[in-house]
Amino acid sequence: MTEILKVHGLRKAFGGVVVANGIDFSLSAGAMHCLIGPNGAGKSSFFRLLLGEHTPDAGTITFDGSDITGLRSFQRIRRGISVKFQVPGIFKALSVRQNLEVAFQEHRHGQSLSATVREMLDFTDLRGEDKTPAGILSHGQQQWLEIAMAVGVEPKLLLLDEPTAGMSPDETRKTGEMLHDLNSRGITILAVEHDMAFVEQIARRVTVLHFGSIFAEGTIAEIIDHPGVQEIYLGAADD
Amino acid sequence: MTISKTSSGSRARTFLTRLEGPQTMGRGPAFWIAVTVAAAAAAAYPLIADAWTVGNAAYFLIWTFMAMGLSVIWGYAGVLSFGQTAFFGLAGYAYGVITLNLGAAYGLTILALVLAVVIGGLFALVIGYFMFYGRIQGVFIGIVTLSVTLVLETFMAQTAGPQWRIGEARLNGFNGMSGMPPLTLPWFGGDIVLYPGPSLYYLLLGLVVVSYLGLRIMLNSRFGNVLVAIRENPHRVAMLGYDVRLYQTLAFAIGGAFAALSGALYTAWGQYITPSSMGLTSAALPIVWVAVGGRRDITATLIGTIIVLAGFQMLTIYGSQYALIVMGGLLLVTVLVAPQGLVVGAMTLLGRIFRRGKS
Repeated sequence: MTEILKVHGLRKAFGGVVVANGIDFSLSAGAMHCLIGPNGAGKSSFFRLLLGEHTPDAGTITFDGSDITGLRSFQRIRRGISVKFQVPGIFKALSVRQNLEVAFQEHRHGQSLSATVREMLDFTDLRGEDKTPAGILSHGQQQWLEIAMAVGVEPKLLLLDEPTAGMSPDETRKTGEMLHDLNSRGITILAVEHDMAFVEQIARRVTVLHFGSIFAEGTIAEIIDHPGVQEIYLGAADD
Repeated sequence: MTISKTSSGSRARTFLTRLEGPQTMGRGPAFWIAVTVAAAAAAAYPLIADAWTVGNAAYFLIWTFMAMGLSVIWGYAGVLSFGQTAFFGLAGYAYGVITLNLGAAYGLTILALVLAVVIGGLFALVIGYFMFYGRIQGVFIGIVTLSVTLVLETFMAQTAGPQWRIGEARLNGFNGMSGMPPLTLPWFGGDIVLYPGPSLYYLLLGLVVVSYLGLRIMLNSRFGNVLVAIRENPHRVAMLGYDVRLYQTLAFAIGGAFAALSGALYTAWGQYITPSSMGLTSAALPIVWVAVGGRRDITATLIGTIIVLAGFQMLTIYGSQYALIVMGGLLLVTVLVAPQGLVVGAMTLLGRIFRRGKS
């Protein structure tokens, strides 16, 4: 399968703190991949580097065959990378409909905007909430709304930073179903996640980051059985 | 041909439907009947008032463009700017310089008005470009824009010497420029001179109506959607693939062009412009008008500005410093009691009562 994302020798330090220490990472098109690791391992920083919010000190990022290392965030998004943040990055004072319209208005030329918005209201189970200010939705609904908005840019790669943080078990299961649905539509998914049950639900392969480096990579079973991973991360997962 | 007619008809309908939308208060027949009645009453006003009072009302209308422009920049795009007076003053001087050089014949004053607005708008575009592409954000925008208007004021105040002239136009330093012609409309049998009175009033009323409706359409368009989204969460907007800097720069330039329109019209109205029009007090007043009315709604801004201006003028009779203190008090009351603006608060309350009455 072709590689949609290829990261080579990515390095970033803030003073003495190294958040990416020569990361080499690649992702096949159509993958569902999770990134795990202890707090401070550099997971969110890795996302920020992919999104262009941090400029790397060294290394390259190739996306869909092009070097995007020097591009600004919005230019990377236009190339087909999208993101859902850990804290819902929605427009809280605007209605659910307005949130979706802003996300979809530039990217759905084949279908009318209102039809697309209807489709996404169904997808997120938010039909009936379209006029509700997004800020008063439940936490889980806000997360789903942001996932729908992230899909608005017609991404090839969707980055999700702890998509189930603060969700109930039911909401978590439903989020997993949503992501499988998006993946079946051809969107490659890379998620940072702490909830190992959720990782098992969605990921075919898992990468473990530690001190800004790739510590291990494999299937979920290989990662769970990995003694080093047990020691640095899974053993302390319940704190 | 039929297809093209249908699609252009449908485009026009889409365009007109944007007169209403989530970004602007007021919708439905009752609202538009109220707007029509208000416009008709304003049009009938010169029939019952004397020419001086009508000229004075025209003076109020002149400032509404600057206020509506600030509403776009501050209320909708979330960028607090103290710099509206810079574009106001620049366009005011530009109108003076152009008309003193070209004269008033053949409708050249209208050309001067257009050029002054273009100059003011372009200056806003350049300032906006350097600010937003230079990553200046938040309170620093206020500091930079205030500095720009104060620098312009200081510069113009030192242009008293005879060497400070552009063609026939002497800049005259702190005393300001005067003697430029009012607006003239070319007409059969002689130009119509728009002195402060009914004729200028009607031109301004027409401009206010067109600007107000045009801004409603713009604010409910895709561009307006992105502006309010930037106000709410610029980071998310960038992560939806929009170039936030471009949108902020355009909003700043559009708002600046409206301030420039006010400036050029002000000079044409009073045939006079001074550096103090770009000073600290002048820079602060638009903030008060827009905040008191309700910066996040163009209708509230329009109504609020006219009411506050009329109140300010009434108070000025008792002393201009006294009126300024009241303006400061009004701003404080707004911030503490109705941060969304007094007109917005009143309109929301009316809407609630109306809906309760209906149910």
